[in-house]
Amino acid sequence: MLRQNWWKILCVILLTYTFVAGFLGQVPAKPILNETIRNYYFHIAMWFSMMIFFIISLVYSIKYLRSNNHIFDIYALEYTKIGIVFGALGLATGSVWAGFTWGAFWSNDPKQLGAVIALLIYLAYLVLRNSMTDVDKRARIGAVYNIFAFAMLFPTIWIIPRMVESLHPGGQGNPAIHADAHIAMVFWPGALPGWTLLGVWITTLRIRLELLTEQ
Amino acid sequence: MGLMAQAQTDSQHVEMADQLRANGKIYVVVAVLLVILAGLILYVARLDRKITRLEKGTSSKGS
Repeated sequence: MLRQNWWKILCVILLTYTFVAGFLGQVPAKPILNETIRNYYFHIAMWFSMMIFFIISLVYSIKYLRSNNHIFDIYALEYTKIGIVFGALGLATGSVWAGFTWGAFWSNDPKQLGAVIALLIYLAYLVLRNSMTDVDKRARIGAVYNIFAFAMLFPTIWIIPRMVESLHPGGQGNPAIHADAHIAMVFWPGALPGWTLLGVWITTLRIRLELLTEQ
Repeated sequence: MGLMAQAQTDSQHVEMADQLRANGKIYVVVAVLLVILAGLILYVARLDRKITRLEKGTSSKGS
């Protein structure tokens, strides 16, 4: 998987499809949102991919703790990094989107605050790792912290923002736009796997580079 | 279908690549995005090949 090519070609095809169908395809006409509804293929794909990367990272951290195999620690670290990058992009794109639909780039909305807290917890993972010089200690404590950071995604992103009032769709009986068939046809087969594969591609490059420098 | 209907209603209309400029020119944005995507992919693909070459170099030396 690490050095195969077919899924990289698939990534390019899916992203091309996302850009073409994402801008030329039909979308539901909604007030306030207007054409910005097309951000669905980009902003939401960022968050969704981030969650996938954090899950992959979590799996590798658990694998590391079970086996003490140093390579799993590298995998966990690099997947966390790409997750943070995608999360930051999700935050930035969401802020731009909010600026033109909610009326302010930042409004201390529960969704926004929860996302920032979750990202800060993951940033602390990198700081914590860099505070230790012993490689085994760093890997072990890093893996344990990574599990904690993932657990913190539940309250900060998945539970609390949905229980309180928010401008963001998807909570409080406020339906998100999942139901629309046109959007689903671009998002699920195109945008989500396309962006995720791009992140995986970049991550595998970083992992391979890391393995090279260790030799 | 749309093109055919257009040609039938306007017989004096000369067939051009008007579609690219129609509908608020969103096609142009798509074209720009595809260029950027192609550029970024090319960049990552070249990096990929470079790392592959490095890997082959180190493994042949037996590290």
